Amino acid sequence: MRAVLSKLLPPLTMAAVFLVGWQLLHGLATSDEISSPLETLALLVRMMDTVRFWQDVAETGLAFVWALLLSMAFGILLGVVLGLSRPTGDAVEPILVAFYSLPKVTLYPLVLLAFGLGMSAKVAFGVMHGLVPITLLTRNAISQLKPVYLRSAQVMRLGRTQVALKIVLPAIFPELVAGTRIGFSLSLLGVLIGEMFASKRGLGFAAVSAMGLGDIKTILAIGVFLAAFAVAANSGMLMLERSLRHRSAAR
Amino acid sequence: MRHRGLASIGIVAVCVAALQLACKTGLVKHTIIIAPTEMAASLWQILLGGAFTHAILLTLTNILLSAAISIVAGFGLGVVIHAVAFLRRGIEPYLASYYAVPTFIFYPVFIVLFGVGSAPIIAITVLLAIVAMITATLTGLDRIPGVLNKTATVLRLSPVKRALRVQLPAASPYLFAGARLSVAYSFIGVIASEFILSGDGLGYAIAYAYNNFDNRTMYGLMLLIIIVVTAVNASFDALDRRLQARRRR
Repeated sequence: MRAVLSKLLPPLTMAAVFLVGWQLLHGLATSDEISSPLETLALLVRMMDTVRFWQDVAETGLAFVWALLLSMAFGILLGVVLGLSRPTGDAVEPILVAFYSLPKVTLYPLVLLAFGLGMSAKVAFGVMHGLVPITLLTRNAISQLKPVYLRSAQVMRLGRTQVALKIVLPAIFPELVAGTRIGFSLSLLGVLIGEMFASKRGLGFAAVSAMGLGDIKTILAIGVFLAAFAVAANSGMLMLERSLRHRSAAR
Repeated sequence: MRHRGLASIGIVAVCVAALQLACKTGLVKHTIIIAPTEMAASLWQILLGGAFTHAILLTLTNILLSAAISIVAGFGLGVVIHAVAFLRRGIEPYLASYYAVPTFIFYPVFIVLFGVGSAPIIAITVLLAIVAMITATLTGLDRIPGVLNKTATVLRLSPVKRALRVQLPAASPYLFAGARLSVAYSFIGVIASEFILSGDGLGYAIAYAYNNFDNRTMYGLMLLIIIVVTAVNASFDALDRRLQARRRR
């Protein structure tokens, strides 16, 4: 009991400090525009009672699930290909790293022109954000694989597909979870930014139309909802990652 | 090393050539992508014409300011958080999930707090970039080999000397990686904020050109950003390699 308390006390204190700071900001703001934590929560609860809100969530969620699945499928595939062939990996990696640090919003018009408005553009934008980190992490995990695995595969005369499916993927599973976790947050970010420009539905659009109206309260409520979702999902995957690493270390 | 760089450049060159061919043969419509040679010509005109010089300088200044604030403040905060155990245990769980939160959503809140102009853009960019530096500082300070600290104690170094001569150099690879990430995030933060809700800067210029179907200007500006980011990235790479070579001596 004491151990749990001493583990939870510091994060809870920080959360309390954050809330007090927010409340102070609300008090200090000259206008009434920044709502207090309680007001934001109340507004969020009211919004969660409307059909419109859940339609937006469903729309964003669908685009996000597609973006994440595509990012993972292509990211892992590309990562395995680059990881198993060193020269290809060495040549392509700098390009991917450069693309990763590029502000991808810049390329947004290109995505819109190529995919049109709507679902596919949002998904494409999510994939653009999520794909590269998954690829890079997968490749990195493979390059740190114990050489004995690949040598044993050679001894057993496994084909390329078999090496990938039976040796590499199980061996790097914990890193794949880590890659998914990072791809998860970036795909979500990509989809949301996509909705801000190219959609008439979804949470990103709801936020941007609130921006247009100067409705800070709604933005805060949507932001809190998204932050809570993202942090909860991320913490869950972090826990899974740790227990997997633990298990593979114990083996 | 040289060989490797050449291969990457070769791949990019082949892609650009393929795009050029696809554009010229009409395989890709002119309304979607313009040919790379046209992009380059447009960029040249943009640089010579001077109509965008103000926007370019504004964006680069904002990026530079955001990166500088993030690196300095991120390092300072990292050192403080590392020193105070309670603070660290309190903040670390949030740091792990920080980048999962789409910070952009809160941009209008910053406009209320800081007014319009560069201040809210820099504020939200620092918010995006500083955490990478804090995390890198924590990792760097954690990974200082214990023997170095012990040696410093044996040599009776003063705290200042210990920090400057032992701890800082030992943590520098991690600090460098953190600074690099901060710069990348500063580019992303500034240009994305300008794109979403600003009336000035490169991001806005691209959004404006897009809304006016001015593909030529739009692709010229995009090319400019791609070139600048790649150049910054490449120079960091070169610096990193030199630092690593020095460390191995």
